[in-house]
Amino acid sequence: MDMKRDYYEDVELFKSGTILFWSIAFLIFLFTLPIYLPSYNVYLLNIIMVHVILAVGLNILVGYTGQISLGHAGFFAIGAYGTSLLMMHLHLPFIAAIIIAALIAAFFGFIIGLPALRLEGPYLAIATLGFGLTIMHIIGRWEVFGGRMGISAPPLDLGIPDTSLSWVINGDVKIYYLILIITVLMVIAARNMMKTRIGRAFMSIRDDDIAAEVMGVNLTIYKTMSFGVSAFYAGVAGGLYGFVVGYFDPFSFNLILSIVFLVMITVGGLGSIMGAIMGAVLITYLQFDLLKNVENLPYLGELLVAISRKWFTVIGLANFSHIALGLIMIAIVIFEPLGMFGIWIRIKKYWKTWPF
Amino acid sequence: MFEMLLIEGLAIGACYGLFGVAVAIIYKTSDVINFAQGEMGMVATFVAYHIMVIYGFPFWIAFPATMIFALLLGMAIEFCFLRPAKNPTVLGLLIITLGAEMLLMGAAGWKWGAEQKDFPFLLSIHKKYEIFPGLALNEWTIGVFILSIVIMTLLFLFFRYSRLGIAMRATQQNTNAAKIMGIKVERVFSITWGISSMIGAIAAMFFAARSVLDPNFMMEPFMRAFAAAVLGGLTSIPGVVIGGLFLGIIENFFGYAWPEWKPIVAFVVIILIITIRPSGLFSKHYVKKV
Repeated sequence: MDMKRDYYEDVELFKSGTILFWSIAFLIFLFTLPIYLPSYNVYLLNIIMVHVILAVGLNILVGYTGQISLGHAGFFAIGAYGTSLLMMHLHLPFIAAIIIAALIAAFFGFIIGLPALRLEGPYLAIATLGFGLTIMHIIGRWEVFGGRMGISAPPLDLGIPDTSLSWVINGDVKIYYLILIITVLMVIAARNMMKTRIGRAFMSIRDDDIAAEVMGVNLTIYKTMSFGVSAFYAGVAGGLYGFVVGYFDPFSFNLILSIVFLVMITVGGLGSIMGAIMGAVLITYLQFDLLKNVENLPYLGELLVAISRKWFTVIGLANFSHIALGLIMIAIVIFEPLGMFGIWIRIKKYWKTWPF
Repeated sequence: MFEMLLIEGLAIGACYGLFGVAVAIIYKTSDVINFAQGEMGMVATFVAYHIMVIYGFPFWIAFPATMIFALLLGMAIEFCFLRPAKNPTVLGLLIITLGAEMLLMGAAGWKWGAEQKDFPFLLSIHKKYEIFPGLALNEWTIGVFILSIVIMTLLFLFFRYSRLGIAMRATQQNTNAAKIMGIKVERVFSITWGISSMIGAIAAMFFAARSVLDPNFMMEPFMRAFAAAVLGGLTSIPGVVIGGLFLGIIENFFGYAWPEWKPIVAFVVIILIITIRPSGLFSKHYVKKV
């Protein structure tokens, strides 16, 4: 079905004219989306796209390289704080600030990648978890970072601030276009990277690191590179997130956030770019829209309120999203370890070979 | 001052050690890192709170009831969530336990709300006794020391001499061989989760008596205890206890010197130590063979 006859067929971006057509159609759809959506939904889309960037990056580390990270909220925080502070104090233009902040995040990723060379499984989990919490507490304690109260993002200026070239972007719709362009670029970059020598090295480390080393893959370089690339993505996502929400404090970058990031890629499908995108879209939508006001859901909402009155507390019903996310996580590992991408592959295979 | 800090550190460290042992027992038998351990303890503590405050029973009735609840909760989580997963990866198991954590946290928040409550524990941290001249210890500290010594001794005897304990060790060493020898491995896992949940619940009650009771109160202690367990090597129970004590002392002294950095010192120490010794201080590092 999906036979590849030469190397070029494996690396090409669009496999056929049909896929090219639908990709462009989807892109045009995305570009015109704010015209028919109300303003809150554009805000939601912005958050979804930020999470898409992060999930794609995390999937490079977890899905493709087979490492574990419970500290991605830390890289996310570095990106958010780095971008905003660089713009506020050094008056850098947005593009320069976000790239520098993402490089700082990548540097921290590289640093945490060094102990990861010798750690695996639970030990790696605790090391990355400790890193995430350390970043959160350092940011919360230092007054430079705004302390516990958090900071609000500066005006988003694409040109050079305080000169005639200043080009301030405000409003969810304009930010939407900026994030959309960055997201498309980052996703295509990740997809291309996974088709090159680097991506194949990552996958070989995931499948068997000893065999990979024997084949000539330098584990030191590629494992730390994987952490670095993943942290770079998280940094970019964080930088954009700061402008989407406008105001953030250190304790929003907590362990739960790192867990939710892991949920996104597990639910979407480990080791596939498309899976990461689907997972990020689904989980973000559930968290920020569907489960946010669970009592307003049709049918289910009334039932839940009735249950809450009888056995639980109505005020605690907001915690229902935690329960739903937990159940989704457990169910996906038990019933569909490949995630939504696995379901998609099954459907595709069924229809491609349909009469048989 | 020095000895007060030392004893405080040892006491909180013993608590970390106790909780770390609960993590280590599960890891020892079934190779699962149980991220839901903290929340299992939290829910059990809430049950004890509910029995004592809402129903008004004394502690001596609430405690055994909570222990039974914790046992059943641990077994239920193993039975419902881990057993159906077929050949899960390390990451898959991690996701399952993290999912159980979110589930329990959400359930506790739904049932008891997010406001902080005082946990009416038997042992108070304000009542002090002078054991040696010039050295006053509070009830809580004495309780922690006695209880952890008792539990450690019981566990040692259990793993050393009882048939079930030996079966657990056999399961840990080689699951397939244990199956061939007639051990019902699933049942062993189930019992392990139950015991671990009970130990975790006891430790969680001690933590609750020190701080406040809310659905998030076990996050930080769990991570410290987990860190202590990793520090000690996760597979050796004495190692975990020593790791916990070590962590408690370091944290207390650092907390005295630089109070604002107290929450992160544990993790910095852990990262440094596992960078140098990847399997913890007291565990043999197995080099993977091809």
